[in-house]
Amino acid sequence: MTTTLVPYDEALTRYEPVLGIETHIELGTKSKMFCGCSTEFGAPPNTQVCPVCLGLPGSLPVTNQAAIEGIIKIGLALNCSIVEWCRFARKNYFYPDMPKNFQISQYDEPLCVDGHLDVEVDGETYRIEIERVHMEEDTGKSLHVGGATGRIQGADHSLVDYNRAGIPLVEIVTKPIVATGDKAPLVARAYATELRELVRALGVSDVRMEQGSMRCDVNVSLMPAGSSVWGTRSETKNVNSLRSVERSVRHEIERQAGVLDAGERVIQETRHFHEDTGTTTSGRSKEEAQDYRYFPEPDLVPMAPPREWVDELLTDRPELPAARRARVRAEWSLSDKELQDIVNAGALDLIEETVRAGAEASAARKWWMNELSRRATEQGVELTELPVTPADVVRVSALVAEGALNDKLARQVFDGVLAGEGTPDEVVEKRGLKIVSDEGELSTVIDEVIAGNPDIAEKIRGGKVAAAGALVGAVMKATRGQADAGRARELIIQKLTG
Amino acid sequence: MSTIKKTAAELAELFASGEASAEEIAREHLGRIRAVDGDVKAFLHVDEDNVLAQAQAVDARRAAGERLGPLAGVPIAHKDVFTTKDMPTTCSSKILEGWQPPYDATITARLREAGLVILGKTNMDEFAMGSSTENSAFGPTHNPWDLTKIPGGSSGGSSAAVASYQAPLATGTDTGGSIRQPAAVTGLVGMKPTYGGSSRYGVVAFASSLDTPGPMARTVLDAALLHEAFSGHDPMDSTSIDRPVPPVVEAARRADVEGLRIGVVKEFGGDGYQPGVLARFREAVELLESLGAKVVEVSCPHFGHALPAYYLIAPSECSSNLARFDAMRYGLRVGDDGTRSAEEVMALTRAEGFGPEVKRRIMLGTYALSSGYYDAYYGKAQQVRTLIARDFDAAFEQVDVLVSPTTPTTAFPIGERADDPMAMYLADLCTIPSNLAGNAAISVPCGLADEDRLPVGLQVMAPVLADDRTYRVAAAVERALQDRWGGPLLAQAPDLTEAVK
Ligand SMILES: [Zn+2]
Repeated sequence: MTTTLVPYDEALTRYEPVLGIETHIELGTKSKMFCGCSTEFGAPPNTQVCPVCLGLPGSLPVTNQAAIEGIIKIGLALNCSIVEWCRFARKNYFYPDMPKNFQISQYDEPLCVDGHLDVEVDGETYRIEIERVHMEEDTGKSLHVGGATGRIQGADHSLVDYNRAGIPLVEIVTKPIVATGDKAPLVARAYATELRELVRALGVSDVRMEQGSMRCDVNVSLMPAGSSVWGTRSETKNVNSLRSVERSVRHEIERQAGVLDAGERVIQETRHFHEDTGTTTSGRSKEEAQDYRYFPEPDLVPMAPPREWVDELLTDRPELPAARRARVRAEWSLSDKELQDIVNAGALDLIEETVRAGAEASAARKWWMNELSRRATEQGVELTELPVTPADVVRVSALVAEGALNDKLARQVFDGVLAGEGTPDEVVEKRGLKIVSDEGELSTVIDEVIAGNPDIAEKIRGGKVAAAGALVGAVMKATRGQADAGRARELIIQKLTG
Repeated sequence: MSTIKKTAAELAELFASGEASAEEIAREHLGRIRAVDGDVKAFLHVDEDNVLAQAQAVDARRAAGERLGPLAGVPIAHKDVFTTKDMPTTCSSKILEGWQPPYDATITARLREAGLVILGKTNMDEFAMGSSTENSAFGPTHNPWDLTKIPGGSSGGSSAAVASYQAPLATGTDTGGSIRQPAAVTGLVGMKPTYGGSSRYGVVAFASSLDTPGPMARTVLDAALLHEAFSGHDPMDSTSIDRPVPPVVEAARRADVEGLRIGVVKEFGGDGYQPGVLARFREAVELLESLGAKVVEVSCPHFGHALPAYYLIAPSECSSNLARFDAMRYGLRVGDDGTRSAEEVMALTRAEGFGPEVKRRIMLGTYALSSGYYDAYYGKAQQVRTLIARDFDAAFEQVDVLVSPTTPTTAFPIGERADDPMAMYLADLCTIPSNLAGNAAISVPCGLADEDRLPVGLQVMAPVLADDRTYRVAAAVERALQDRWGGPLLAQAPDLTEAVK
């Protein structure tokens, strides 16, 4: 069955989308949720395993307190209540990547409940209500070999890597997100972005979507405009980039509108998002829903985080992204747009660090956002990956401020630093970069330039002072940018009209 | 000098004083195993070279001046539900046949550390599900008192090994009575500690919230010594209690009940109880009174619901615990011919690898946890569990310990109840409440039933963490009855080597 997609804007005239987002975040604890195995990413398969995370007969889980601390921090940052007592539950289903054929999770007694996260889209604030945040263990990872798609269908055989089995996983579930209208895809993306920033600020996960340490399941349903009865939802699983979150919502709106327009039912099912086409395809149908037979995990005692501990975690927490943005915006006198650009460029940390290390905010922003961002884009790397430090930027800014460098020379200093020639001072030294401020030397150069450009010189003599720019350019060229351009201009005008 | 019929305490003394080496003691017990286990079939696995190597290592440790535990040099039979890295661990199931764990259970490790010598792994009902050891995939074990009778279960290999002098001590696990019932029907002492008092790490799980490892021995003191040797907090088991082990050895030596308030559970007795069992039970109660205890009758009104609640909770947990046996990582694998999916191989393996009783309980538990049934079955059973715990709390406000027969009947013939699960389940009628409430309970021999001259057990139940109290009462009963009998009850058992000849 192929569904005709309804163009997005048209779909929104007839239908109102309702979203729900479940986000899984792997915590960056040193050891796994219930055993002492390392959680480091990228180790050879099945080298970070033990009887517990392999679910060997007789083994028992013991809760990693660092993971509980991590989830409570997330819950608090999402304005949740932390319950005084709750339990783990077993989610039972058979799958080879689950060593015990049940997953230790939480069911009707989550640790964090009833929170919210405010996100901004086009200057408008949307409050995303959080239903629950709970703790669970990750599964192993299956690798299906021999098929065309890498999926289990058509595969020749499958391999399982249990290194990931038992890594602590926090699941954050929103309440239905309504009344976002045509902003739905942007709101979904803004939520995922804000959540990622929040968790990163808390320092409890590296939240790298491309490595799977943060993944979103996005639920979308449509209801006729003006209706209050929700439609049947689809669940797009494991969406692994912010852009894909936005695109998958957009596509599901177009697809479901097509299904409904044709007078058909939307099937409640899981779907897969394809980055290349921007579309989703059907996965497992939930019509024959799995019965997970949840029951309280008898191998673990209930969790009862002491109130004082929770209060301590709240008091000691770092500045959260929203508060930080408000502060930075005020301190650096930025417009919304300017702030947004900095955040989008991933430059906020770098600029702040540069300012903290002694640079003027405007200078720090200028170098990181213009010159260095451009270099990062050219090289196809993140700004943070450039081999230049906030301290380097501080030093260059200082040299400019004291008149030892001009912007053009400063750019050459960065060339050197990026090329691995050393610190800014070492580059200045090696390349001999400094403003020519020796009046005699400058005067000689200017005389030569005037002699070489008699036409322009004549114009200036005739009163066309603006033409001096061309001669300044020639002076700068002749001095390889090391002249003080302002002084050169003064001297040129003085020599020709004075 | 034969060491075979000596108690663990006596053997420990012989070893400590240098009169006997661990190796001599082990060799004699291996000889006994060779002589009688062909008929008793208590052991699934005995590796003589391994046993002798262990014993020699213990002798070497003593020679090196190492301070060893009070049971050093004593051999022990180990239930095949505990993982052992030098011996297979099968839980008497085909699905785990030949599986050699890469790690030792905490209790296994503590036995080794204390200098005990593990003789081998004992037969059991498959995954500890049963009361007769007939549910073993490797054939039944026979009761040394009468080889045509069951040795109890699920720790029936352990009970038979100790009762036939193949080992002075054995480990067991008790989920609904699996230590106390086999101890009762073979004339032994068997103790279910307070839940959380003994580590479950490395005990292949049947029902996690109920499973409790404990000691089995021929005397109360031996049981207490073993209890103390392997108990105590284990950070690898989060349900393990972080408190000092109750002073059980001291209580076993003290053996007095003067002034103790003893409650007879009103609900246990009457229809379905063998007259000879009730007669010995009544005499034991009178004996306790004559020793200075105050005896009263106590009602525990919800104990009647314990059995049905147990048969919902235990199967529910087992249905989940046994899901891991799926042919993917270890154990039996059936039908993996390159054409079948993982799911099909899982199904074929489980169909062939599990016995009928295990399948029955997995299905029962799967059903009880299903959505739409959970509240009516699992949920309701948990409520009953709370009521039973409250019954105990109320009773222990009036009395210090509760007593009852351990089992309604003596050992029944092999095969008699094999096709009647309900009749089989009744064997654990009196023992189940203490599993549901998690409190301490012991079974101590109190004589032979007149009808069949088979052993009867007295059960003594004490509050959570009052394990020592059960030992105090059991030791008093043991001392008084042995005076009356002129020796241990087991002295009245037939001599197996005679019988075998
Ligand atoms: Zn592990």
